[in-house]
Amino acid sequence: MSLHFELVTPARLVRSEEVHMVVVPGTDGEFGVLEGHAPFMSTVKDGAIKLYRTAGAAPEEIQVQGGFAEVTAKGLTVLAEHAEG
Amino acid sequence: MASLKELKGRINSVKSTQKITKAKQMVAAAKLRKAQAAAEAARPYASRLAEVMGSLAAKVAGQDNAPLLMRGTGSTQRHLLVVVNTDKGLCGGLNSNIVKEAKAQARALAAEGKDVTFYLVGKKGRAPIRRDYPKAIAENFDTSTVRTPGFDEASKIAHQLLDMFEAGKFDVAHLVAPKFKSALSQDPVTTQLIPVPAPTTQADTGAVVEYEPGEEEILEELLPRYVTTQIFGALLEREASEQGASMTAMDNATRNAGELINKLTIQYNRSRQAAITTELIEIIAGAEAL
Repeated sequence: MSLHFELVTPARLVRSEEVHMVVVPGTDGEFGVLEGHAPFMSTVKDGAIKLYRTAGAAPEEIQVQGGFAEVTAKGLTVLAEHAEG
Repeated sequence: MASLKELKGRINSVKSTQKITKAKQMVAAAKLRKAQAAAEAARPYASRLAEVMGSLAAKVAGQDNAPLLMRGTGSTQRHLLVVVNTDKGLCGGLNSNIVKEAKAQARALAAEGKDVTFYLVGKKGRAPIRRDYPKAIAENFDTSTVRTPGFDEASKIAHQLLDMFEAGKFDVAHLVAPKFKSALSQDPVTTQLIPVPAPTTQADTGAVVEYEPGEEEILEELLPRYVTTQIFGALLEREASEQGASMTAMDNATRNAGELINKLTIQYNRSRQAAITTELIEIIAGAEAL
């Protein structure tokens, strides 16, 4: 019951870990990704990614600017130009 | 034969030169490690982006409505060479190798009857390229104002290039930049930048991927980013190459200075001995004359 989440910026690999759920601010609206999500790709607008380590836990927020989110069978990868955290 | 005083002066001057080259070598070695780490850290982003690009491009390729950046302008008459040089010298033949590669490319294109213009990044390529192509330099980008050129600079360069492309100033752009292999060898390589070359192989995963917004819109946004990433990669490679080349060149210089010091010291000791011998002979001759 865990989703592999990666957040990558040009400068470095910011995050690479197993989490419960991630809420990504897509250009067409926020979307949450759980394990087993269908393959999906979206552009990301400037905003905060919410990271839920376990179900019901308080989310950790990471500010990102400009990028893409890609969901594959392997997990969720967010490519951002800038990220805090 | 140089006098003793002159020799001593020269030995001292070579010694201070050696100190400088040695210091520069150690600085370069430390910076090289940093530059390599930075290049390493940028790799995941570049490879992921290339993957995403590949899967998208495979879907859109061949369609008439593919983005302009991918399709090209339909002509290959006007070429732009983006040449990435360093800002500082003291790095051996690195810059002259890059310039040589750029000029070779320019000559090959000119032989085919194409127009060539240059976009120069870094200070050290300006003078030698201006000498041969005084009118063909479209733009200079100065990276010497920041300590380590990063993604922001790459993004600025990319935007300037894309603006030029949209304004119809060129049809095809190539990037000439050093590729860091090791501290001993950094070869300049030329890669096509615009139009973005379609990825050669892309294993289709077969999975149906949903796109939000559409595939084309995503690709539209992704292509400029891809160009930026390529330039960013080139800047990082340049940084590592500069430090690597500098380290090697300064190592050689330090060793040469050492050899020179040894030679001069021997010469100095010989002359000193000769002077002493002459003095002794004079004394002895004087004593015998009495």
